[in-house]
Amino acid sequence: MRSGGSSHDPVPVQRPDAGLFPLLTVFAGVMLTVCLHSWLSGSVSSMIQSTAHYSTGYVRVLTRAYAKEAAQNPNDLALLGVDTLLGELSSRYRDLLWTPRIQFGGLIDIPDTNGETRAQSPVSGLAIDLFNPGSPEWKVFDIRRSLIRGREPAKPGEILIGDELALKLRVGPGDTATLITSTMYGSMSITNFVVSGTVRFGIAAMDRGTVIADVSDMQRALDMQNGAGEILGFFADDFYHEERASEVTADFNRLHPVPPGSPPDAGSFLPVMGTLRTESGMSDYLDYIDVFSRIIVGVFVVAMSVVLWNAGITGSLRRYGEIGVRLAVGEDKTHIYFTLLAESIMIGFIGSLLGTAAGLGIAWYGQVHGLDIGSVLKDSSLMFPNVVRARITGATYLIGFFPGLLATFLGTAISGIGIYRRETSELFKELAS
Amino acid sequence: MTRPLVVAFTLSLGLLRAPAQTGDEILQKVDRNMFSERKIVVSRMIIHGMRETRTVESKSWQRGTSESYTEYIAPAREKGTKMLKLKEMLWEYSPSTDRTIMISGHMLRQSIMGSDLSYEDMMEDPHLPNLYSATIARSEAVSGRECWVLDLKAKKEDIAYDHRQVWVDKERFIPLRENLYATGGKLLKTVDVREVMRVQNHWLAKLVLYKDVLKEGEGTEFHIDNVTLDAEIPDYLFSKAALRR
Repeated sequence: MRSGGSSHDPVPVQRPDAGLFPLLTVFAGVMLTVCLHSWLSGSVSSMIQSTAHYSTGYVRVLTRAYAKEAAQNPNDLALLGVDTLLGELSSRYRDLLWTPRIQFGGLIDIPDTNGETRAQSPVSGLAIDLFNPGSPEWKVFDIRRSLIRGREPAKPGEILIGDELALKLRVGPGDTATLITSTMYGSMSITNFVVSGTVRFGIAAMDRGTVIADVSDMQRALDMQNGAGEILGFFADDFYHEERASEVTADFNRLHPVPPGSPPDAGSFLPVMGTLRTESGMSDYLDYIDVFSRIIVGVFVVAMSVVLWNAGITGSLRRYGEIGVRLAVGEDKTHIYFTLLAESIMIGFIGSLLGTAAGLGIAWYGQVHGLDIGSVLKDSSLMFPNVVRARITGATYLIGFFPGLLATFLGTAISGIGIYRRETSELFKELAS
Repeated sequence: MTRPLVVAFTLSLGLLRAPAQTGDEILQKVDRNMFSERKIVVSRMIIHGMRETRTVESKSWQRGTSESYTEYIAPAREKGTKMLKLKEMLWEYSPSTDRTIMISGHMLRQSIMGSDLSYEDMMEDPHLPNLYSATIARSEAVSGRECWVLDLKAKKEDIAYDHRQVWVDKERFIPLRENLYATGGKLLKTVDVREVMRVQNHWLAKLVLYKDVLKEGEGTEFHIDNVTLDAEIPDYLFSKAALRR
């Protein structure tokens, strides 16, 4: 379709790039929304996973007395009869992998050739099940990939220590390290270990002063036969399923009640289970993050919708002449209106599709390679990984697509109403001016 | 008029007759009764924890106020563990690792063998008059024995208990009860002497119940099974080399 008289050059009724600006706007907006959502999901998910791996599991069993003071790792209040409890957990809740752990604090003392102290440092230790073939800990700690020097422990009496700590103490694989700590009865415990290797888990709070030992070794060192500070449960897919975790917790606690009418302290050493949400003390924090991330994404989606809506209006204004000519040659207003709507759907669809694809591409790169923020966390005590990764979920595919499509459509639908206000009698005057 | 005068005269006589000895003097007498230059003590600690009761047996050689050597005899897990105190220094030897570790800093606050006693208690100068100034608060009976209740205030800042309340047997000059407080006035530990014994000219505690009030459990009974005063103690015991013998 062409317009203009003999005194004018032919002008295309519809510019070939008429849809380009709205398309680019939709593309950019959708891409940014997808990226933002995936990074937010990834950060929260990383934090939950790190907390589960290194601290609370997805569910955790401990004694009621230990639970009250869990932050202090009170091993005098630890679980005893752990083998029986592990058997019960493994047979009743088969969708979770169960493993005992002991958290302990103490001093690591490095002897010189005369057996005198050469170097000493406070440590925060973790005893995990290293030698049981079914133990999930090798995967949870990703020990092989975390090794910096030496090898993984292969026999009792061997430990791993944080690489930073090892450098500070000037110890390496094969060296003897003496752990000085307290038994579960409060006596001083002095135990020799051989350093089999050094590790870096990528969690600044852990890498500064961690010792990893086998749980059986620490049971002996801490005089807690068949005992453990806690038993952790991990979902097989290594994701936190809040609903299932709550179900398992409620069922376990129903089976291990404090007998009615007992004195207040009678149930102190009975086991009790909690979910990651309650055990990590992050319940309010997770709620806050959830609400906050919804607000961020919501505000971003609304802002993007306004931009796209404006893009729709601007597009219609830019096509003022074209619409005039189409009206002048007798095209029906409703037909034009619906044509514009159809175009907007097409632009919204293509822009959203391309934007989602580009956003997913960036998110995938972020999921695989991550972003190293180790320098920011070097003095942090949070269980937060040094490398933050994006996470693509089902929502990531839709979070930008539908707002992109809808905003373009609504923008055109509202701005297009102007078509009905234009008078045919005025059209030639408008076009001539 | 004469009656009030008589009462006033009687009261003033009472004031003039005020305690024949001061708190510090009583504390000196306690020190003379309790202290002996050399002694060998065989003892048992029965530790009533939250979950179980454990018994730890030991033998100690003490010379003066600043030298002591202790060897643990039972249970099997602790057997052969030795501790050596020389002036301000304290070492613990662990036979299973063949390591001698110096106990210092915050480790001094740790409990000895899980009992209600800390290494800091062990390091304390046993001469209370060197550490505290005492005033008499009142008289009170403990287990049927008349006692002075002394308020002890630390003379120095860097000692474990800033303030103590001590019930001293008026006749035997042995403390029968003690409450130990932190600087802020918080009660940290209680000590109850349940049995006493006479050894030569000294009245000594035979059974003491220590209770760390910040700790769960029923406290630690400290039984003195045998004590030899003015015993001959070889010099080599008070050296680090003795720990690995």
